[in-house]
Amino acid sequence: MAEMPVIEPQKCNGCGLCVSVCICGALVLVNNVITIVKTVECDWCTDCEAVCTTGAVSCPFEIVIQKP
Amino acid sequence: MTVQLEFLRSILYFSGLGFAELESIKEFIFEKTVDRAEIVLLEGESAENLYFVASGVVKVFKTSVEGKEQILSIVRPGESFNDVPIFDGGLNRVTAQAMGPVLLYGIKRNDMETIVKDHPQISLNIIKVLASRIRHLVSLVADLSFKHVIGRVAKILVEHIGGEMGRGPRLTQQEMAAMAGTAREVVGRSLKELEDAGAIKLDRHRIVITDKETLQKIVEMAY
Repeated sequence: MAEMPVIEPQKCNGCGLCVSVCICGALVLVNNVITIVKTVECDWCTDCEAVCTTGAVSCPFEIVIQKP
Repeated sequence: MTVQLEFLRSILYFSGLGFAELESIKEFIFEKTVDRAEIVLLEGESAENLYFVASGVVKVFKTSVEGKEQILSIVRPGESFNDVPIFDGGLNRVTAQAMGPVLLYGIKRNDMETIVKDHPQISLNIIKVLASRIRHLVSLVADLSFKHVIGRVAKILVEHIGGEMGRGPRLTQQEMAAMAGTAREVVGRSLKELEDAGAIKLDRHRIVITDKETLQKIVEMAY
């Protein structure tokens, strides 16, 4: 399964902004806390990270060298 | 849906006003719902309304002639946009686009003038909003003009390449921004510039260094 954004539930304030900007439905609020729904459609746009004010959602990049 | 007084009270513009005053201001406010990706304001058009985000998120940006986008701010609930042209009477200097479904509260330019005349005590609030806007933009101008941010971002990438032995540290754009001493918006733009230069390729959650020599040259040019 594809990598998904990383959630730190203890930092989530339940504002739902990340859910509102997610185009592929990868994020939902469960009991007012953000939760990931695994989907292959997440293209790592990082909008969820950009709008989060508490650092509860992050989209880390792995940095690799292209194999010859 | 009706405009909520409690929400109006939480907006910096109207901070310190009582419910009676907010009730009179409410009469001037109209609601506008916007779908994902819809353009709310277009750069170069005349500015008719001041907007407050009630729910959702709006992206404010400028586009270069080559089509490159520089995000200036991300506007969240309780915050406003299009303030400057509403008060100076000029054209929209930016484009604003909904990042998802958005509910906006709008006030027409003439109505805003009436509100300020009727409630002069909000002038200081407006000055605070505009001052914080200037502070943010000055910081962004400094990042884009003086610092070799692209070089710094390139250096961060070179220093964090995953090795043969396994994965290197994974970095968010926020973390790269903190390391480069810049704003997240500038890192996003820098990564696109590096991709355009053929040094890297953004492959979903991976930044693939496709030309390390070019990347290294960009680092050296900045230091």
